[in-house]
Amino acid sequence: MSGNLNLTLKVWRQKDAKSAGRFETYKVADISTDMSFLEMLDVLNEQLQNEGKEPVAFDHDCREGICGSCGLMINGHAHGPDRATTTCQLHMRRFHDGETIVIEPWRAKPFPVIRDLVVDRSAFDRIIQRGGYVSVNTGNAPEANSTPVPQPNQMTAMDAAACIGCGACVASCKNASAMLFVGAKVSQYAVLPQGRPERERRVLRMVAQMDEEGFGACTNTLECEAACPAGVKVSNIQRLNREYLRALFLGTGPEPSAED
Amino acid sequence: MSDINLTSKAPGGPMALRWTTHKNAMKLVAPNNRRKFEIIVVGTGLAGASAAASLAEMGYQVKAFCFQDSPRRAHSIAAQGGINAAKNYCNDGDSIDRLFVDTIKGGDYRAREANVYRLAEISVKIIDHCVAQGVPFAREYGGLLANRSFGGAQVSRTFYARGQTGQQLLLGAYGALERQVDSGRLRMFPRREMLDLVVADGVARGIVTRNLITGEFEVHTGHAVLLATGGYGNVFFLSTNAKGCNVTASWRAHRRGALFANPCFTQIHPTCVPVKGSYQSKLTLMSESLRNDGRVWVPKNPGDKRRPEDIPESDRDYYLERRYPSYGNLVPRDVASRAAKLMCDQGFGVGPSGLAVYLDFRDAIKRDGESTIRAKYGNLFHMYRKITDDDPYHVPMMIYPAVHYTMGGLWVDYNLESTIPGLFVLGEANFSDHGANRLGASALMQGLADGYFVIPYTVAPHLAGRKLPDINADHPACREALESAEARVKKLLSINGERTVDSFHRELGLLVWDKCGMARNDAGLRQARQRIQELREEFWSNVRVPGSGGSFNQSLEKAGRVADFLEFAELMVRDALERRESCGGHFREEFQTEDNEAKRDDDTYGYAAAWQFQGGNKDEILHKEPLEFEVAKPTQRSYK
Repeated sequence: MSGNLNLTLKVWRQKDAKSAGRFETYKVADISTDMSFLEMLDVLNEQLQNEGKEPVAFDHDCREGICGSCGLMINGHAHGPDRATTTCQLHMRRFHDGETIVIEPWRAKPFPVIRDLVVDRSAFDRIIQRGGYVSVNTGNAPEANSTPVPQPNQMTAMDAAACIGCGACVASCKNASAMLFVGAKVSQYAVLPQGRPERERRVLRMVAQMDEEGFGACTNTLECEAACPAGVKVSNIQRLNREYLRALFLGTGPEPSAED
Repeated sequence: MSDINLTSKAPGGPMALRWTTHKNAMKLVAPNNRRKFEIIVVGTGLAGASAAASLAEMGYQVKAFCFQDSPRRAHSIAAQGGINAAKNYCNDGDSIDRLFVDTIKGGDYRAREANVYRLAEISVKIIDHCVAQGVPFAREYGGLLANRSFGGAQVSRTFYARGQTGQQLLLGAYGALERQVDSGRLRMFPRREMLDLVVADGVARGIVTRNLITGEFEVHTGHAVLLATGGYGNVFFLSTNAKGCNVTASWRAHRRGALFANPCFTQIHPTCVPVKGSYQSKLTLMSESLRNDGRVWVPKNPGDKRRPEDIPESDRDYYLERRYPSYGNLVPRDVASRAAKLMCDQGFGVGPSGLAVYLDFRDAIKRDGESTIRAKYGNLFHMYRKITDDDPYHVPMMIYPAVHYTMGGLWVDYNLESTIPGLFVLGEANFSDHGANRLGASALMQGLADGYFVIPYTVAPHLAGRKLPDINADHPACREALESAEARVKKLLSINGERTVDSFHRELGLLVWDKCGMARNDAGLRQARQRIQELREEFWSNVRVPGSGGSFNQSLEKAGRVADFLEFAELMVRDALERRESCGGHFREEFQTEDNEAKRDDDTYGYAAAWQFQGGNKDEILHKEPLEFEVAKPTQRSYK
């Protein structure tokens, strides 16, 4: 079952947002197939530091596939070759001895590189600010069971809410579209009674922010669904389009605010 | 510095009325005055995000900080199994009183009674609020909320969203926080690490942060500081915590005068994926909810090399069911962890290292069908398979205990205020509610109780009752804190020694796991203390931190955190040495019953140990808050 690998890594190095980047080639030896991909990068970083070099910067935190921090382009695939898997849950048994692995950051204009493999995904937070919630203040909620939610609606909402906000959908899309991300949040609240009062306002504001951030449109190549580690389906994009048209038709536009 | 007075400020009277009595007697800040106050919230997990959102909703100005790239990524997101609430939706005899008693007993009678009662009381409101936020909790076909069972309880009171309850609750709180960003009352500062606390004229008035992208130091001032910065489990290097979790914010506050309570109370979670190799960077939890349907066992014959599916029923020892018939596989975490260790120490362990036991779903799959089990635990099984390459639908999981949660933390009174006026501590970062062992599905409950329903009330007496003159970054206290944080970073970068930060962290982790982990004894703890001091000395003369301070530098981030762990670890060991009894997660080998259960000593150790920093290498001073039990009278804890 276990074995050890010798690998060549071509890793994107970039000092900061303003500098130009380039690939550097490194060798790592004796990598256990039981290691996770990030543990393999830990080994590389220890090696680089012992050689007096600066380690490769990459985002990671929980290392169990839920926080959404990690995200690397591995041989051209967002989060690597496995389906429904984050970079941190990818294991080295998926690779062969002697293989060359190309490791890049997410590449999308709305996600500028901060350093090496680390990108700035704050555009996602700004989209959420425009409506990724139910506007309910602490303290005035009714009794939890006073509003039944049909189980299929709850399941659909949960499927959409499983999004971890990693950005793989954007990185894998040739248009750098964020419609899977936005569609997931819009869907979660569109199918729940709690989300109904702000249904139109939410979708219009979130889509407006998405456009402002510079994310592209969806052209139905479905790369996002293939790359999504949380199994979020493109049916959420379809629902996003329906919700958006419906809101335009009903004409409940965003309320004027200071930013508007 | 002997003027420490550890009064809890919890009111007297009937337990069920204490929180109401306390709220009614508290000073208030009127709505039109709230905008004049600025509140600093550090950490955006369940406690921090819920506090930041709720306070901004009320009209306070809030500044929130996290080291992650987005507040949505705080480690609360990784909580899997569920959140407790005394709703009694299952009609099985649950009540606020029962949740209170279960939590006190689960904590092995080392928590403050009034706090725990309040927690149980608030639990029901949390569920109401989160449902209103659109958190997609599991539901029955009729559309009403579903519950499951968790360890240490004989009722079903745990609400859940598949195996991602923490994620869904955190995204609810994160949405609420981002809504307040939109409203303009909350400013969010991601990728910021708190490096010091500003205490001006005896009151917490600000923090020093480092911008992790640019390396710039910043001073932020306000009228109150809330720490919701989580636990210190990563002192063990290997734990189920996220890699970034650290003790720095708490430790810096401790050095500024906040007492640190019960640091030896760490929770070792029984169901984690076993360690595989020396390269391992973290451990992965398999939710306690699995013990609802999974049965824990080891072979009856030590060293039985047959595949688990080939071992017949007669050669299996379902040791939890055997030893604890009334709770079976759902005994509390400390009990289950110790039992697993005992079986492995006696040679019954399985797997390549012998440090694992089986968690078997065969019978549940036979009873309920694979699709039912998949619907309940699909994501957990998927995760297990990713890590181990084994399919738990067909072979039993292998599990072993791992560090998961820390019950100790900064000492707080009933208002969640530390011994530094104006410094409040929420969630895992404080010590108050779980005693010596936390029950499953209670961390989410406590984080959200503190943030949504306690601090919005208890911050007011501080703001309304104390004189809080204007302060800015030129104040001597701000300048002093800023200079000391800058000097420390400079020092770390200048050592330029031979060893990487991780190599120190791994060595420290192994040491404390070995000597201050699941079992502790006097000699081992003394050795550990000595070795920690040596390691700390070596760190400050031989660590190598590459790169510069003026840029994104993850080695530097880690170096600062490990430096604080090296100080904190000694206090943890010291606390474990001092507490010559066994209780909850703190198991002193010298103090156990004939059947290897923890043996408490209520007369001598029925207190919360609160340690006071003395500066330099001077020994910390121990202060004691006696724990009184008026309602839940201590008994020998039994789950048999």
